[in-house]
Amino acid sequence: MKSCDLQIQTPEGATFSLRLASPALRGIAVFIDVCMMQLLVRVLQSFFVAFQWISPDFATALYIFLNFLLSVLYAILLEWFWHGQTLGKRLFRLRVMDACGRQLTFPQVVVRNLLRVLDSLPSFYLLGGGIAFFSPRGQRLGDMLADTVVVVVQRQRAPNIQPLLAGRWNSLRDHPVLEARLRQGISPEEATLLLRALTRRDELAPPARLTLYRELAADIQSRVTFPPTLLEELTDEQFLRNVLDSLFAFRRVTGG
Amino acid sequence: MIVDLQRFLNRNEPQWNALDALLTRIEQAPDDPLSIADITRLHALYEHASNNLVELNSALSNPELRAFLETLVMRAYSEMYSRCTRTARFSPKRWLLQTFPQTFRRHAYFFALACAITFGGILFGTGATLVDPPSREVLMPFGHDRVDPRKRVEQEEKSSLSHTSDRQAFSAYLLQNNARVSLFTFASGITYGTVSGILLFYNGAILGAICTDYLVAGQGRFLAAWLLPHGSVEIPCILFAGQAALLLGAVMFGRRSPLRLGLRIRSVLPDLVTLIGGAVVLLAYAALVESFLSQYHSPKIYLLKIAFGLIQLALLSFFLMYSGRPKPT
Repeated sequence: MKSCDLQIQTPEGATFSLRLASPALRGIAVFIDVCMMQLLVRVLQSFFVAFQWISPDFATALYIFLNFLLSVLYAILLEWFWHGQTLGKRLFRLRVMDACGRQLTFPQVVVRNLLRVLDSLPSFYLLGGGIAFFSPRGQRLGDMLADTVVVVVQRQRAPNIQPLLAGRWNSLRDHPVLEARLRQGISPEEATLLLRALTRRDELAPPARLTLYRELAADIQSRVTFPPTLLEELTDEQFLRNVLDSLFAFRRVTGG
Repeated sequence: MIVDLQRFLNRNEPQWNALDALLTRIEQAPDDPLSIADITRLHALYEHASNNLVELNSALSNPELRAFLETLVMRAYSEMYSRCTRTARFSPKRWLLQTFPQTFRRHAYFFALACAITFGGILFGTGATLVDPPSREVLMPFGHDRVDPRKRVEQEEKSSLSHTSDRQAFSAYLLQNNARVSLFTFASGITYGTVSGILLFYNGAILGAICTDYLVAGQGRFLAAWLLPHGSVEIPCILFAGQAALLLGAVMFGRRSPLRLGLRIRSVLPDLVTLIGGAVVLLAYAALVESFLSQYHSPKIYLLKIAFGLIQLALLSFFLMYSGRPKPT
């Protein structure tokens, strides 16, 4: 697999990216689906044992017929009614999408699933998995034919950055010259890095967090000289929040 | 440039939330028609979110915010540009009586090609059986090569009435097996139709070899009574799958088409699904006929079975040629 993202540009000029699912993750999702189908087959089997006393022939016919329908329709129906997700995909937050970013059509769902007869050859999806691994968009044969991709479903909530900023108590605001030097000395990439470090605060173990924030604060202080009195009562984390506030909320200070 | 994030959020979040709520409502009831007001609102909110995303992309900002906006724009884009594809409700009756025969006729050339390849296989099988009798070991599946047609006919005619116990299971098994063969023939179309062509030729060769074997043994009536009732539907079904596969192969070659491969295939996907779907539906019928009628080998009803098969073939041909045609005004 050559890239992890699929970039799509809309006619309006906006570009969004779809994070492609790795073949390994898709393999696990398929395994879950296969287990689910086996479970359903077992349930059917035990159900039809009860029918045996009425007509063993009819029970066997019904079992073969429903088993076949299940193997063909399981993925087709689930992907159609759950908008590109089967049970396995849902568990791993994967979704089948049109490669152009549009909605899946029913023919696309059918064709990508019918092609499983080839993708699963010689066994355990070796052909499909191998092709997906080397495909730039992680597509197995069925995906190539139906022009679909399997993506990781992204988070859908707007981030709340208010708690990250220093709020009313930013001591740097009293030093507009220092704030100007900060904006001059810190590149947008570094500002983004700082924002991510604070956004992911709760994901880091306390010792790692303290070390990271100390190093980031030291780096900033090495580039912009702050009066010692200003830093005296500030922890590294609070200092970084103040810097972030000065960087990302500068118009409020200047009245812009 | 660094975006003033807080101000950006405060200014635009209400519109994003409105778009999110509207999209959620649409996604939960995809078949409900949208009012003009909803469409206008969706369009306005989508354009607003797109502009915000362009603004964010031209600056460096919070990656989480960008991911959120990208997801929102993607969902809205998907609704805006695909809405028409989900509006028509599926009607099985209309699909079987109109869409399927119309699709068959639209791509009749590939059906003719599938017939020609299969016929080539039949000729090959016939020739091989006549010229090189040991080749029957390769050409005849399911142990037919070890069976003497005369002995089999004699045996079947004697025991025909005792075979009534497992008909339903047998028909389900036949449906499953034939459908898998058809699906595999169709799926092999991805090899630019070559593997599908080989499969059609091989099926023809088997058919030719078995028919020749029975005809040479003077068992033509038994053969016709055995194969026609179900074969008059089953063989066309395999040919429908071949038709779909050859259509796919031709589209993949894409001669004289200015479109890229993905768009070419996309344009025939509904037709491919219709052809293979029609084949599977008719195979279910053929499986019932095969287990309940074809395997009933009584000389008294040979003529009846042959007549049934021929009438069925005529009806199928009539259905494929005339069903779903617009009525003359």
